[in-house]
Amino acid sequence: MLEIKNLSVSYGAIKALHGVSLSVKPGSIVTLIGSNGAGKSTTLRAVSSLVKVQTGEIVYDGKNIVGLPPHKIVARGLAQVPEGRMVFANLTVQENLMMGAYLQRDTQAIRRDRDFVFGIFPRLQEREKQIAGTLSGGEQQMLAIGRALMSKPKFLMMDEPSLGIAPLLVKTIFEKIVEINRQHGITILLVEQNANLALEISHFGYVLETGRIILQNESAALRADPKVRSAYLGG
Amino acid sequence: MSEFLQQLINGLSLGAIYALIALGYTMVYGVLRFINFAHSDVFMVGAFVGYYAIEKWHLPANSIGGGLLALAMAMAICAALGVLIERFAYRPLRGRSTLSVLITAIGVSLLLQNVAQNRQIGFGPNPKAFPNLFPYSNFHLGALTVSSNQVIVLIVTLVLLAALYFIVNHTRTGTAMRALSFNPTAASLVGINNDFIISFTFALGSSLAAAGGILYALNYPSIDPLMGTLPGLKAFVAAVLGGIGNLPGAAVGGVVLGLVETLVVACGGSTYRDAVAFGVLILILLVRPSGLLGKAEREKV
Ligand SMILES: Nc1ncnc2c1ncn2[C@@H]1O[C@H](COP(=O)(O)OP(=O)(O)O)[C@@H](O)[C@H]1O
Ligand SMILES: [Mg+2]
Repeated sequence: MLEIKNLSVSYGAIKALHGVSLSVKPGSIVTLIGSNGAGKSTTLRAVSSLVKVQTGEIVYDGKNIVGLPPHKIVARGLAQVPEGRMVFANLTVQENLMMGAYLQRDTQAIRRDRDFVFGIFPRLQEREKQIAGTLSGGEQQMLAIGRALMSKPKFLMMDEPSLGIAPLLVKTIFEKIVEINRQHGITILLVEQNANLALEISHFGYVLETGRIILQNESAALRADPKVRSAYLGG
Repeated sequence: MSEFLQQLINGLSLGAIYALIALGYTMVYGVLRFINFAHSDVFMVGAFVGYYAIEKWHLPANSIGGGLLALAMAMAICAALGVLIERFAYRPLRGRSTLSVLITAIGVSLLLQNVAQNRQIGFGPNPKAFPNLFPYSNFHLGALTVSSNQVIVLIVTLVLLAALYFIVNHTRTGTAMRALSFNPTAASLVGINNDFIISFTFALGSSLAAAGGILYALNYPSIDPLMGTLPGLKAFVAAVLGGIGNLPGAAVGGVVLGLVETLVVACGGSTYRDAVAFGVLILILLVRPSGLLGKAEREKV
């Protein structure tokens, strides 16, 4: 469904990605793990066209999407829940969800999608009229995911959804990620520093280190790998 | 007392015009985080379109229909002008330092002034009398005198502010403007075409400036290519006063500034009216650095 081939990205003189390749099969959850600064967010930013691709290809549904503007990528069904959530803190929960549906025109369908999101995150419905900036971190993460779902993605990228969130809510959010994938058939590329959780819910995993993929395998096998255990799973 | 009321009315109609211009500064700041110094010249062009509409394109003067049509034409032409300025002067510099964009804005401002001053393609450097677009009369309420043009200023401003409020708060594009001004990256991740929203913002702000130009010329009916400078600067002060980036703030700031300025004149200080405007700005910013309605926000460069 998504195939990244030999992707390189630089920020000025700093090279953040050195030829990253990975692929995500339709219907699966694939995780990209690695420590801080490894280049995980840069990879997702490149897919969403938020940073310039230096070399390489990003093939989605058989077409190279490198060079398309970000909004055209969303229009193709590729959505991202960015690192740090980036909810529109000055808008209400309702308006945030409506912005998620920015490219949808059928108001009936938008209402159905909103009910679908409220089904997954009932908390958002309770807070519908609230300004998003006043939500808790966990609620903002739910909103960020809900907003991305409003764009009817076929492929959803999530950048560290567990970051800065109370442990109890992290569990809920990961359950929802599985639900979004299993019950609604959305393919997921999950970036995490919390490698334990990510490998638990994913089918396949990649390990990124200073801009290079150093390991890739079925998630279960990665969890058993001694190198992964010592570096990313706390022994 | 009636003198005070009289000045209040004068101040309100001046403040309304400042508010219309200030909204353009603040909207552009909201989406691009820079001050569009060419905005005051778009205001000037707006007044000129009103002049040409009557003198060259033969719309009827002294008529409500002709006046409204001239107003609509000025707004439409300036909306297009604003979009062109953004597209060709500012967009190529997107992502560069704020300083280079500011200098470009000053360049665009001078360009518009110079084109307007040119006798062949423009208006020429000398002031001209602005025609009476609308039927003119004075209303006397006791000791108060209100001109029909002042009433028109207030009505047009209220209608435009209501329209703007509706667009910004209750339409998809307006919500996208607010989303973009909060976080452009997040906006593009939900599928908003940021370039389109920025163009739309320039169109909206420039059309309000054009309306401001017409309304200003109605009350100060001598127009020239440099007429935008001082009202533009004051409107900029008003926008900062209200909290730059904050729409209600710009409206409030404009009205406050218009009132203060008129009261200064009424108290015999007409020589100092412009200095006082800036004095007020400095005072308010000392007490409230983010402006009257502004929220403390870290500077995004
Ligand atoms: N905007 C930026 N400007 C310069 N360097 C950056 C920028 N964003 C990230 N980097 C650098 O690129 C590398 C990868 O960063 P990132 O993709 O954010 O890593 P991760 O998400 O894995 O923590 C790091 O060395 C980081 O310092
Ligand atoms: Mg990151």
